[in-house]
Amino acid sequence: MTGYVTRRVLIMLLMLLVLTFAVFILFNLLPADVARLTCGKTCTPQTLEANRIKLGLDQPVIMQFWYFFKGLFVGREYYGGSAPIVCPAPCLGYSFTREELVTTLIAQRLPATIWLALGAFVFWMIGGISLGIYSALRRGKWQDKSVMGVSLIGYSLPSFFLGLVLIYVVIIQLKLLPFPKYVSPFENPAAFFQAMLLPWIVLAILYAAFYMRLTRSQMLDAMGEDFIRTARAKGLPERTVIGRHALRAGLTPIVTAAGLDLAGLLGGAIITEALFSLPGIGSLALSSVTNPDQPVIVGTVLVTSAFIIIANLIVDLLYAAIDPRVRLA
Amino acid sequence: MSFLEVSNLQVSFPTEDGIVHAVDGVSFNVERGKVLAVVGESGSGKSVTSQAVMGLLNRKATKISGSVVLDGQDLLAMDEKDVRKLRGGKMAMIFQDPLSSLHPYYRISKQLVEAVRVHQNVSKSDARKQAIAMLDQVGIPAPERRIDDYPHQLSGGMRQRVMIAMALLNSPSLLIADEPTTALDVTVQAQIIELIQQIQQVSDAAIIFITHDLGVVAEIAHDVLVMYAGRVVEYAHVETLYGQPQMPYTLGLMASIPRLDRDPHVRLDPIPGNPPSLINLPSGCSFHPRCTFSDQVAGGRCSVELPELLQAGEGHLVRCHLPIEIRKSLSAETLAALQGGVL
Repeated sequence: MTGYVTRRVLIMLLMLLVLTFAVFILFNLLPADVARLTCGKTCTPQTLEANRIKLGLDQPVIMQFWYFFKGLFVGREYYGGSAPIVCPAPCLGYSFTREELVTTLIAQRLPATIWLALGAFVFWMIGGISLGIYSALRRGKWQDKSVMGVSLIGYSLPSFFLGLVLIYVVIIQLKLLPFPKYVSPFENPAAFFQAMLLPWIVLAILYAAFYMRLTRSQMLDAMGEDFIRTARAKGLPERTVIGRHALRAGLTPIVTAAGLDLAGLLGGAIITEALFSLPGIGSLALSSVTNPDQPVIVGTVLVTSAFIIIANLIVDLLYAAIDPRVRLA
Repeated sequence: MSFLEVSNLQVSFPTEDGIVHAVDGVSFNVERGKVLAVVGESGSGKSVTSQAVMGLLNRKATKISGSVVLDGQDLLAMDEKDVRKLRGGKMAMIFQDPLSSLHPYYRISKQLVEAVRVHQNVSKSDARKQAIAMLDQVGIPAPERRIDDYPHQLSGGMRQRVMIAMALLNSPSLLIADEPTTALDVTVQAQIIELIQQIQQVSDAAIIFITHDLGVVAEIAHDVLVMYAGRVVEYAHVETLYGQPQMPYTLGLMASIPRLDRDPHVRLDPIPGNPPSLINLPSGCSFHPRCTFSDQVAGGRCSVELPELLQAGEGHLVRCHLPIEIRKSLSAETLAALQGGVL
């Protein structure tokens, strides 16, 4: 077990290294001249050249990567104006356009994204799994067909459409909620919930649709298993047969999908965040692409991919906890 | 009145391709302390019959008629909830594949304790003690340690012992074993059969033993019910059935048992063809397309008229159009051939 975890962590670190390199190279191949972008309107050839040196762009790409990589562990300094800008480890770079460390930018945006992802996660897991079970138990009946039909609609609705409809109906027409403005839940819980409710619902509907279908098919598979017949032959009441025996058997793929989906959302739900003007990772990434800010792009891509890689490891470890037949060795 | 009386049991399932007549007019009795063997190929309706008795068939998805009277109570007329309380208590069942029949994610202890506590109002630790004692009775070594294993950590034979222990936990008076040895090694098969025989002697339960192996039947059964395509084709005491099998299908089953005392150069005699589709049963006698003797019946009755299940001797019922003299001589010929001409 410990050997397995050590090995997986090492592989994970290697993956992150390769990923960092790939992301770094990829964004250096972009046609945009980063030095030009940081230079502003009053750009002279001298300041442009100075900026180039300041950003380390005069160095070959491999050296630039080396500085970046080294900065992750020991930090680095940027020389621009009068005083050098200190970027402590783990240094993900410095945004000259925003005049802020990338780590600081991400740290500011992370809470909104985490709350959005966790809230939506709770909604869609409860809704998706319970409706999936309901559907499976009424297989072929009108209840099953309508739940599956609705889930297909939820599955195929684009989030911007769903979000806009909800904003129009709930906020503008019915005036049930104020227009969302994110505040920290520790500051003002009521305002926080008012701001998050619609984004949670939008994301939850999109994801719940998939979980309904997954849970339904998992339950139907499990209900046909021999051990379910054994459970009935013991004289167990039907709700125990379903809740304890069948659901447990069908849980593994649901847990896997849930772990990866949650990690993906922690990387920012770009459209939902933009729609509800939530200050999250997604909207940070979006604005760094529309208004090119290379260090921020590299930083957010790295952090969000790290979430996915770590989630993968956690899901694999959970596997062993769920299924005793899985040996981690 | 027998302990278990099944009369005119009919089970059919609607499917997309048509209605499957899985069981058609099956009747039999089992007394306490006796073993009834139900024999037939796959799809002969033997498992469905036993599941109908246990109330394991979904009443909404299947059409069940007739009666299943256990100790004076008609299970088919009872509320499903009341039947559930009998399942695992008064009547219990052992299944074919112990690996897939045990929940892969739960320890044996949890699965056994659960079975005790559905029917008895006892604490978890008492239930565990009962479970350990039962594992010991069915011959599991070091049961206090093995009880905390997961099913995949046990061998096939041990798993089947666990299934048997699970069935016996609430001292059932009807035990149904649905091909309990089919998925096991030959040596383990013998041990499991011995165990079931011991249970029968000790517990005085009525046992229904379902199998497709006539070799096993001779060792364990008091009565034998031979099923074909959802119907009973022969029903007799075990001595009668082995002494004078009369239905050509039973003869075919006997001829296809490999035996050590047979001439090894003579090939086994399989029954030609395949079991019929239960959606489109052959007209007349369901066995006639595979029967090598149907041409000996005058006027081609076999393909037109379904023979009735009629008395062919003391406690011996046979469903066949062949005249009884011909059946008796066929029976003698087959038995003689099986003994390598010794008889």
